[in-house]
Amino acid sequence: MKIHSLDPRIERAQLDSESQQGMNTPMDQFQTYEVFEQKKRGTHHIHVGSVHAPNAELAAVFAKEQYSRRGQCVNIWVAPTTSIYATAYEDADIFETTPSKYHRDPESYKVMDRIQAYKQKQNA
Amino acid sequence: MEMTERHVMGLIELLYKMADDQLIIGHRNSEWTGLGPILEEDIAFSSMAQDKIGQSLALFELLHELGEQDPDTVAFTRNAEQFHCCQLVEAPIGEFNFSIVRQYLFDQAEALRFEMLMASVYEPLAMVARKFRGEIKYHVMHGKTWIKQLAEGNEESHQRMQEALNEVWPLALGIFEEGDYEKEISEVNIFAGEAALKSRWMETVVPFLESCGLNIPQSDAVTGGRHGQHSPYLQPLLDEMCEVFRIDPSAEW
Repeated sequence: MKIHSLDPRIERAQLDSESQQGMNTPMDQFQTYEVFEQKKRGTHHIHVGSVHAPNAELAAVFAKEQYSRRGQCVNIWVAPTTSIYATAYEDADIFETTPSKYHRDPESYKVMDRIQAYKQKQNA
Repeated sequence: MEMTERHVMGLIELLYKMADDQLIIGHRNSEWTGLGPILEEDIAFSSMAQDKIGQSLALFELLHELGEQDPDTVAFTRNAEQFHCCQLVEAPIGEFNFSIVRQYLFDQAEALRFEMLMASVYEPLAMVARKFRGEIKYHVMHGKTWIKQLAEGNEESHQRMQEALNEVWPLALGIFEEGDYEKEISEVNIFAGEAALKSRWMETVVPFLESCGLNIPQSDAVTGGRHGQHSPYLQPLLDEMCEVFRIDPSAEW
């Protein structure tokens, strides 16, 4: 049976509902690499997205145009997505008390007045 | 040595062939937009095609400063026989193997030409060469990475790369067709000339291609482009590229 659609591109393709044409098989796509971009030397690399590629070299070539063609960049890392180990969302409760641990914030240290005093001394 | 009229004519000839090569290959390669083998490559190839148009604009601006017409007029109102591009850049995109081998061989020549021009006594050209250095380095990196990947892939991909190389090689040799002022531009150190560029290019591309297991074809250069003799592919490309501009050349964009 022919598939009908409001989308003219699908109409033009004359797809048969029984046909396997257009179906992705597992090997149809290259593996993905996660892309990390460094905006300035000495700063952290930041995750910006992923690319499909047959190897790391081509992943880096693609990543340059996908993610750094606008804006500043000095370095790119790519790593196979499969090499990333992630925590499970069911375990999100391990982070629950994090926001209340304000003693870990630098504001808890009473140093700002000393920093200000030092700056004033420098400017004097 | 003092610059004479012939030296300036040599400089203009050099700028025209470089700008025309970039404009035509840029337009040609933009035909891959939407058709690239994968999305990532589609974006990369299209982006590099845009870079080429930008590089041609910088050179057309130098020509304008030397008294030639403005970049839009020069780019969009000439016919095929007034273009100085080599026949390599005019050929249809073919399949991806052809386009990627052409991209590498052309951009490697471009990279070496710009490297030589960074020392040109014509400072505006040396500045343009320095400005695009990184951009062209990426283009070469892109071409090399793909060629290595495909030449060393499987039997079919290797064979397709060899077939593309056989087809592109004689056209690529046409990049180095000499102009009428080779002596003039080299004696005042504007540019060391096509022969010098060709030998540097051979020293670079031959070892790389051989390291990928590809054989260098024994074929003669396809020439004529530098003197306005073009393949039948150029005029239809120009008709398409200039179609909108020619509807109303005086329109403000």
